Amino acid sequence: MAQVGLTHFLVVSSILFSLGIYGIITRKNAVMVLMGIELILNSANINFVAFSKYGNLGINGQIVALFVIVLAAAEAAIALAIVLNIYKTYANVNVDEIDHLKD
Amino acid sequence: MTESVLSTLSLIILFLPLLGFTVVILLGKRFPKLYLFEVAILTIAFILSVVVMYSKLAYYLNSDIISSFNWITIGAAPLAGVINIELGIKIDNVTVIMLFVVNLISMLVHIFSIEYMHGDQRYTRYFANLGLFTFSMLGIVLTHNLLMMYIFWELVGLSSYLLIGHWYEKKSAADAAKKAFIVNRIGDIGMFIGILILFTHYKTFTFDTIFAQISQGNIPFNSEAWLTAAGILVFMGAVGKSAQFPLHVWLPDAMEGPTPVSALIHAATMVAAGVYLVTRIFVMLTADAMLVIAVVGAFTSLVAATIALTQNDIKKVLAYSTVSQLGYMIMSLGVGAYVFAFFHLVTHAFFKACLFLGAGSVIHAMHHEQDIRNMGGLRKKLPLTYATFLISTIAISGIPLTSGFLSKDGILAGTLAFGKLTGHWLIPIMGFTVAAMTAFYMFRLVIMTFHGEPRDHHKYDHAHESPWVMVGPLVVLAALSIFIWYTPNPLSPDAGWFMKEWVKTPSTVVPESSRFEFMQSASHETEVHGEVVHSPLYTETMHWAHYPAMGMSILLAGLGILFAFLFYQWKKINADNLATKIKPLYNFSLNKWYLDEAYDATAISGTLNFSKILSWFDNKIVDGAVNGAAWLGRFISSLSGLFDTFVVDGLVNFTAFFSGFIGLAFRKLQTGKVQTYIVFVVFAVIILLLFFKPF
Repeated sequence: MAQVGLTHFLVVSSILFSLGIYGIITRKNAVMVLMGIELILNSANINFVAFSKYGNLGINGQIVALFVIVLAAAEAAIALAIVLNIYKTYANVNVDEIDHLKD
Repeated sequence: MTESVLSTLSLIILFLPLLGFTVVILLGKRFPKLYLFEVAILTIAFILSVVVMYSKLAYYLNSDIISSFNWITIGAAPLAGVINIELGIKIDNVTVIMLFVVNLISMLVHIFSIEYMHGDQRYTRYFANLGLFTFSMLGIVLTHNLLMMYIFWELVGLSSYLLIGHWYEKKSAADAAKKAFIVNRIGDIGMFIGILILFTHYKTFTFDTIFAQISQGNIPFNSEAWLTAAGILVFMGAVGKSAQFPLHVWLPDAMEGPTPVSALIHAATMVAAGVYLVTRIFVMLTADAMLVIAVVGAFTSLVAATIALTQNDIKKVLAYSTVSQLGYMIMSLGVGAYVFAFFHLVTHAFFKACLFLGAGSVIHAMHHEQDIRNMGGLRKKLPLTYATFLISTIAISGIPLTSGFLSKDGILAGTLAFGKLTGHWLIPIMGFTVAAMTAFYMFRLVIMTFHGEPRDHHKYDHAHESPWVMVGPLVVLAALSIFIWYTPNPLSPDAGWFMKEWVKTPSTVVPESSRFEFMQSASHETEVHGEVVHSPLYTETMHWAHYPAMGMSILLAGLGILFAFLFYQWKKINADNLATKIKPLYNFSLNKWYLDEAYDATAISGTLNFSKILSWFDNKIVDGAVNGAAWLGRFISSLSGLFDTFVVDGLVNFTAFFSGFIGLAFRKLQTGKVQTYIVFVVFAVIILLLFFKPF
């Protein structure tokens, strides 16, 4: 049985990141898009923690990971508020139909 | 009385009428009574001229008074040197006599006009213009140089224009004024060229300086032809102003003016200015020039006399008789009878002014009827006018005891002597023919107007003798037509003071080779004690000519009068029958030799056609060129406009279109969907990573 190393962490975080991107791009529901973003943030957190253990970031990596978790909570709050407002305006939260940016 | 006082007085006489003119023309509208001021001024001028004439003839009989000053000095002009232009006056016996004549007649005409022009709407302006005329005429009389002569010459023309056109509402009067002015200008051009020939050579306008130069053999450009040309060209001025053939046509038309004006300007004074001019340049006339002058004068008098035979307008008859008598004077100067020419100028001025004023009186009485066929029998209604008119008619016809006989006889004797001396017999023949015709048509006029039965009873019944302001001048002028004022011997003027003392033929200054043999010169020892004596040959011939001329002229005048009575008084010969018998000749005379028609056909229509050609040239060629240039400009502009629209605008539009097209292509990328953008970002990051290979 091989030793769990840095590579394994990075592979996991890469898979998570890719899933996040995939979610953002493919989901219609704005809430699901937000969940994709959470996945990406968490993949970054895994990277930070992994580099804290195996790299030379030291304790700083773990602290930044904690910050990211806080930031993610704040971001989720704001993003959900925006989604609520979008819902008020368009009567749905379908990202496809919200294309007024092009005008 | 010293010379300076005399010249000062003359200058006062000259400028008084100008003062009158200025005051009356400026204030006349506000103070209608100012015409009396003008009349008063002329009276003063007349009294002064009597004083001047008396002093000159009594104290300075044989010396001329010249006073002049340098007006302009042109310093050292290239090719010409220093030129001094003088202004000044020359007072000799001829001048003072002319001063007297002009002022007397002008004064009488002023007085006559008070009544004749009464009620005219431009009453004061009329008097102002008379003043201007008198000033100009006196200027001509007094001047001692050609420049001033020319200036006053034109002023006289101007005032004549103003007075002929006094009733300018009448088209015929306005036309006559224009005609007079234009025809005079034609003569003046010649005069101007003549003056310039003399000035170019002698660098002076002064008569005496020029004559002194000529007498020293200094003639223009060393050629006698130039001297002849100068003489004839200056004479052209006289042809215009003195109504000589072929420029006489303006004078009969000038009768459109008020009758006193005709008396003053177109009979007595202004038309005599031409004769006066020729007397001034007389000494420098060559034989050829004199011959030209004599022929022009003789022919003029003949033409005018034949026309006067058939005219029916009382003023027209008098006008043609004036032209005829002016021709006499000019002819007389041409044949060298200088003294008689001037004498006739003076006597004619008096009796012709009297005739014209008499005609004015008749016209006034007949309520502006001028056709003698509607008159007749006026003798009883206008006894004083008739008497004065008759005396003047006898004078102009050349019957003894009158002034006209003396001067006319002298002229005829002069032509006869000229014929004998040079062989030009045609001139005396014309002269004698005219004498007979003059007597005929003048008596025809008198008989038709005053004798017989009245032909227009309505007008006749209303006719009445004119008041004394009109008849007075007539009496004065008729009195001056009697011989006694000029000579004690009614048959020969030679014994009189006028001929013997006052006026003498001046010595010619023309070189011997180009003058008539009989013309004497001062260098010929003919001048004794300052008194010019005729050459023996000439004196002898004049003596020879005296009695034949006198006999002939009396005989011919008597015949003329006899025929006039036969035709019109006793009706022994029917004038109308005769007229139909010689219809072509009669019409030729009645239509004034068709001269007006000839001018219409040649000079006037020629000028008109020429103007039309010029106008066509203007309209088609000049305007065409301008329009063509405009068209070319428009054409080029439209080309440049097309270039602008299609090429420049096209480029701009293409740029815009191109940008729009590209924008259209790229806007497809901008979907507005966040997810699309994220895909772009992701792929961009991946591409960047692959491209830069940071690992």
